Amino acid sequence: MADGNGSIELAGLVKSYDGVTRVVDGVNLKVPDGAYCCFLGPSGCGKTTILRMIAGHEDPTDGEILIGDEQVVGLDPVERRTAMMFQSYALFPHLSVRENIAFPLRVRGAGTAERHKAADAMIEKVRLTELADRLPGELSGGQQQRVALARAAITGPRVLLLDEPLSALDEQLRVQMRQELSRMQRDLGITFVHVTHTQLEAIAIADIVVVMEKGKIRQAGPARDVYDQPRDRYVAEFLGGQNVLRGKVARIDGGSALISADSMRDVVVPLGAHGGVAVGDTVDFAIRRDDVGLSRPQAVSPESRAKVPSRVRSIEYQGNFVKVMLDDVGGDELIAYVPDRIFYLDPVSVGDVVLAGWDRDKARMLAR
Amino acid sequence: MAKRRGTTHNRTTHNRTTHNRTGWLLVLPLVVVLIPFFVAPIVGVVVASFVQSDGFGGIVPAFTWENYANIFTSRLTLDLYWATFRFAVFAWFFSLLIGFWIAYFLVFHVRNPLLAMGLFLLCTVPFWTSNIIRMISWIPLLGKEGLINSALLGVGVIDQPLGVLLFSSLAVVIAYVHQLTIFMIVPIFNSMARIDKRTIEAARDAGASRFDIVRLIVFPMSKTGIALGSIFVVSIVMGDFFVVKVMSGGGSASVVGAFYEDVGVLQYPSAAASAVILTAVVSLMVVAILRTVDIRRELTK
Repeated sequence: MADGNGSIELAGLVKSYDGVTRVVDGVNLKVPDGAYCCFLGPSGCGKTTILRMIAGHEDPTDGEILIGDEQVVGLDPVERRTAMMFQSYALFPHLSVRENIAFPLRVRGAGTAERHKAADAMIEKVRLTELADRLPGELSGGQQQRVALARAAITGPRVLLLDEPLSALDEQLRVQMRQELSRMQRDLGITFVHVTHTQLEAIAIADIVVVMEKGKIRQAGPARDVYDQPRDRYVAEFLGGQNVLRGKVARIDGGSALISADSMRDVVVPLGAHGGVAVGDTVDFAIRRDDVGLSRPQAVSPESRAKVPSRVRSIEYQGNFVKVMLDDVGGDELIAYVPDRIFYLDPVSVGDVVLAGWDRDKARMLAR
Repeated sequence: MAKRRGTTHNRTTHNRTTHNRTGWLLVLPLVVVLIPFFVAPIVGVVVASFVQSDGFGGIVPAFTWENYANIFTSRLTLDLYWATFRFAVFAWFFSLLIGFWIAYFLVFHVRNPLLAMGLFLLCTVPFWTSNIIRMISWIPLLGKEGLINSALLGVGVIDQPLGVLLFSSLAVVIAYVHQLTIFMIVPIFNSMARIDKRTIEAARDAGASRFDIVRLIVFPMSKTGIALGSIFVVSIVMGDFFVVKVMSGGGSASVVGAFYEDVGVLQYPSAAASAVILTAVVSLMVVAILRTVDIRRELTK
């Protein structure tokens, strides 16, 4: 179905509505053909604006957009061979499901029989056959979403752009439709660009996650890289699952820094690529919540583990793990996700003094 | 248990009666206005249409079909209806054409909502003066020595003034369109304003041209407004005689104009019969419009 190259390249992309504030501020990104790319960020970070610029619904103030190596700025959506799925779907309320899906063919001049045939094939693909003659107002949220998806996909675009496609659905349906999107993307074999503010959604389906803040890309890469190796405090906190601690560098020892803060002494953190750190600098480092283990103060632990004395503030049972919130370390919260089987071998309770510890090489220095 | 069920039952009936009473109280003001000012006059007219006239302005209280028989056997009736119907069609067509595009422009092309509101109010400016003044003001524009004729003569397009501009059917249609376009703009504007702008964008994304968008999205979704506007325009033109009288210079007749003359010579029963027939005709036209567009479904959506 897909022909043509659906790779996307954004170069120095800038958008400003008033000439002063830049909603999108110098974005550079390459998305390979056939990838599932997620723009992730809080509302107002410019992610939807980027999507609309790729779709051709807004013109960039500056910069270039290349789709399949051709410059597309100034072209119509049809000439770009992109299709967009709008937030809350924007279905045509006066047209039946079949006519909605056939609409792009109708305005391209296809005859009734021809377009209904193509639409019916697509309707079958999104499993709406028995609802083909209904109006959008008579469908549930998930069904409407499938109509919107089918309408976007029917012309065989090389890039499909999805603006918050799951935000109007309830939690259970969201997980189900997430899989459906993933399946459609594999079926069609085209590039999907998906905008969301939900990190779970992004890392669950995307090949490439692009984390944005205030019009700029903070980090872009495979979902696992972004989650496991966040570049800075913002990315780590936005994706979650990490403790981000701040301290002063007390000493540099080979490839590691010894970092201290209130209630934390000489925690060894490998410098990694951050060679420029000097004694006396204030730095952030991250340690995954599930890498943090708890032990009693008197317990002996190997030298290779970093240790921070703390106290249990509250405990939440989450099923497969237990979320243990500890007293703040130097102003940052410290949370341990302890697998429930391990936790219940020696359960701690609120108020207990514990040692939070992790393997030294699991900690990661963050960019400032 | 049985006892309790009994009380519940009592309470439900009680609730239902209070509910009914509240309902009646709520419609009471409307009833108080409609019965003396709408139902009673109509009943009066219907009754008057079945009594005899003594030919000198007096009424003989005896039942007769004669008034209706005269109207239905007169060749004049058909001519009158044909003339009025023609005006209605022209006025409807041009006010729809102009009204639709003005509403479209205001809703979809004026980005600033404040400006759109301002322009919308500007459309109502002609209504700040009376109907008579509005009609008279066409005379210096359309008259033999009016602006248009002088301009055309000046440019040399014509060598003698166009008489067709004023006191003609054309003048009647112009005056109607001038007067009634606002009745199209308002409901169409209202329908269009409720169209989700994202559906327009989605249509554009699907490859629809501007014309496709108007034809396939905006027009079908403005049908309610168009129907309401059409009802206003058609019923006003069908019930009018003043504009025809003034703007045609007495050259054209109209249904209402004819029975207004009956009233002038105190022929109340035949005027009443004409009025009843006109009411029926206009009602049928409204029904026909409502048949094409299901306004109730659209409005409750």
